[in-house]
Amino acid sequence: MKSNTLILHTAALFIVPLQLMFSVFLLLRGHDEPGGGFIGGLVAASAFVIHAFSFGSEATLKVMRIWPGDFLAAGLLLALASTLPAIVAGQPILTAHWWQIPLPGGDYFKMSSVLIFDVGVYLTVLGTISIFVIGLMEAED
Amino acid sequence: MLLAVLSGFLLAVLTPAIHRVVGHTVGWVLAILPASLAVYFASLIPLISDGGAVVKEFAWLPGLGVTLGFLVDGLSLVFALLISVIGTFILIFAGAYLRGHPYLGRFFVIMLSFMASMLGLVLSDNLLTLFMFWELTSITSYLLIGFDHEDSNARKCALQGLFVTTAGSLALMAGLILLAVMTGTYSLSGILASSDPLHEHAFYLGAVICVLAGAFTKSAQVPFHFWLPNAMAAPTPVSAYLHSATMVKAGIYLMARLNPALGESMLWSTLLVLFGSVTMVVGAWFAFSSSGIKKVLAYSTVMTLGTLTMLIGVGTELALTAFVCVLVAHSLYKGALFMIAGILDHETGTKDLRRMGGLGKTMPLTALFACLAALSLAGMPPLFGFIAKELMLEALLKASFWSLGLTVAAVVASMLVVGVAGLVAVRPFFSAFLETPKKPHEAPPGMLAGPAFLSVVALVFGLAPYLPETAVLQAAMTSVAGTPVDSYLALWHGVNAPLVLSGLTLVTGITLYRLWPTLQPNLSAVNTAAARIGPEAIYFRFMEGITHIAGWQTRVLQNGVLGHYLLVLVAVTFGLAGFTLVARHEVHLALDLSGSRFYEWGIAALLVAAAVFSSITRSRLGSVASLGVLGFSVALIFILFSAPDLGITQLLVETLTVVLLVLVLFKLPEFVKLSSPLERFRDLAVAIVAGTVMTLLILAGLEVQYFESISAYYSENSAPLAQGRNIVNVILVDFRALDTLGEIFVLALAAIGIHSMLKLKAEDQYKP
Repeated sequence: MKSNTLILHTAALFIVPLQLMFSVFLLLRGHDEPGGGFIGGLVAASAFVIHAFSFGSEATLKVMRIWPGDFLAAGLLLALASTLPAIVAGQPILTAHWWQIPLPGGDYFKMSSVLIFDVGVYLTVLGTISIFVIGLMEAED
Repeated sequence: MLLAVLSGFLLAVLTPAIHRVVGHTVGWVLAILPASLAVYFASLIPLISDGGAVVKEFAWLPGLGVTLGFLVDGLSLVFALLISVIGTFILIFAGAYLRGHPYLGRFFVIMLSFMASMLGLVLSDNLLTLFMFWELTSITSYLLIGFDHEDSNARKCALQGLFVTTAGSLALMAGLILLAVMTGTYSLSGILASSDPLHEHAFYLGAVICVLAGAFTKSAQVPFHFWLPNAMAAPTPVSAYLHSATMVKAGIYLMARLNPALGESMLWSTLLVLFGSVTMVVGAWFAFSSSGIKKVLAYSTVMTLGTLTMLIGVGTELALTAFVCVLVAHSLYKGALFMIAGILDHETGTKDLRRMGGLGKTMPLTALFACLAALSLAGMPPLFGFIAKELMLEALLKASFWSLGLTVAAVVASMLVVGVAGLVAVRPFFSAFLETPKKPHEAPPGMLAGPAFLSVVALVFGLAPYLPETAVLQAAMTSVAGTPVDSYLALWHGVNAPLVLSGLTLVTGITLYRLWPTLQPNLSAVNTAAARIGPEAIYFRFMEGITHIAGWQTRVLQNGVLGHYLLVLVAVTFGLAGFTLVARHEVHLALDLSGSRFYEWGIAALLVAAAVFSSITRSRLGSVASLGVLGFSVALIFILFSAPDLGITQLLVETLTVVLLVLVLFKLPEFVKLSSPLERFRDLAVAIVAGTVMTLLILAGLEVQYFESISAYYSENSAPLAQGRNIVNVILVDFRALDTLGEIFVLALAAIGIHSMLKLKAEDQYKP
């Protein structure tokens, strides 16, 4: 299924990259402001849904380069990996670990096992929804 | 100690690699482990021979209070020695017996895991770890009975053994928990040391029945005995090890172990003596009337298990002395006899006693050891079996109740067993020569080592009973009795009542053996007739019943109509919740609406309108769209009540849901009304009830507060502890990260499910 309206085509070309950037923004700021991995993942997935609606699911798969199932697997692995620092330190799993990474200009980047976990959630949500939508669209054709 | 138990599992992991390296000698190589374990356990003898006990603890799940505790006293050391010594020879034997078998590596993996589990079982101090090892032995036994997995009969027998023993172990778990509740500890040494009388406790009856259900099924007491002869579908080394010498004695071990705590009550004694004596007689009867050598031995094992149970039940000092002796004697001669049965099967190609004869000339060594072991089985001097049998008869003669009946039962069983001993040791070797399917040879050394060692040990123990007695047996008696036991084992007690009875059983037994060829077909016919109403028939009817009920409930509940599933789910959930609400709470309809704003009313009206429209419209697209409106209105509410994260999530999820639904809609056929008005009315009623109950639940939830709300903790600690100001996100990824981890795995499962469903469907369409 693929829509042939010019408006959607043109709009999608602008919306999709913007929306993907926005999703990463939501993911990164999520710990302090509204957002987070779950919401970010949903936004990113919607971006691909829009893309699929305007250019067809095959084109979307090409743009994604990676099969959605691999996003899913990577997400789960990252979420599991985020438990490692606590295990190594002998604490109960999922105990948060924080590292301050200095950035040029005197600022610090708040890197943490929690962030890795959140990225895992982001990828899992993205992968799941993409599998749903792209799978259904493929079944249509 | 921890290493002693776990080394079996470790070696099991390495076995396939070892097998590849050393090839056919793998049995000898692997046997090094149980042999060194046997030496290790033997080195513990001085610690416990004066009745002491060693307890070692390792924290395992400290959060749940489960420790990996080990208790070594007389009883567990006797078992550990039997397991490791017999295990050594079984591994050597199996290496020769299954030589060249394609799955030899796999066989040893399971065998070693079993050995480790069995050691864990008898050495555990914690009830929960004991139970875990108990289940592990059931599972490894299942895998070993079904080892020849291409044979449907072996699979069936394996399942039967598994079902019977695990059904019992479910009860056992309940029993052990009751025991822990009664005594306040999960530690066996703690339970045995506590002086509180358990008999008067309210849970005593339940605990005894549950524990015994587990022990009786595991140790094949009537009416659960039928799985054990069927377990003979396993390769012979397995039968020799699991189903005679070790695993089936787990139930016996448990009863003996708990005897000081639960025993000395009328209930305990009566149950044990009753089931034990019936099992003893039934086992002896079936042993004598079977014709396959393994079945004969299996039923005689059932008989011994019954005897052991009965002796624990009798419970006098003499009876417990007899118990320990019978236990050891049986493991020695039965292990040997089973391996000899394996040799016969291996060399002649048949298991049928009616087709073997005159093998003594070609297999003189096998015949010699068979005779030694069979003499012990029959209870003849100077074997250890004689001492055990004399003690048993004496204990029964002096039993405090039912003495006459039990003695008669034991004598009858012994007569039959003398006949059985003749069947397995005299008939194959010394009767007239019969042609067998394979040309027999003397067994290779690997197969002879076990029977030779075990039967010679039975002889040595018989000639010098003080050797095992002072080393471990007395300590074992002490741990079964709970108080120090003075025993005096001797071959010659003078001419007394037990000796006379022994003579009687011998004479009658020999007569029975001579009559066997004429009697056996008739007895077997009787058994076949009785089997139609026997416990095994009940088992099969029960299993069929389960299949029927499962089929019926699948047809009723899971009939493939999605709407029906929803109806059942919603009706059950809200029916139960509503019932609890009405039964346990008072429903107040006090709702203060004075603070509400006009736009809130607007959203509420929108919600109601969307819901009504989506359920009455005939257009599917319209219905989906109005569901979207519903979801967006809910999101609006979240945002109005300042929950931006929830609002955003709701908006996104609603959008995507509508997209998904629209995609699915394309695949659906034209809208038609399939349901009758009555069905629609029913659905409406269920929906209204569900809605009402939910509303009432929320109202009730608003006015009841059982615990202090945790939200204050979250909002206070989110920034200082978790370095985040967005509480929702902090809860998701930090405070309750484990929940989220579980949820994303559920998401992934759903994705995999949908993906495979769509792919399967797509492939179907391309089929010609």
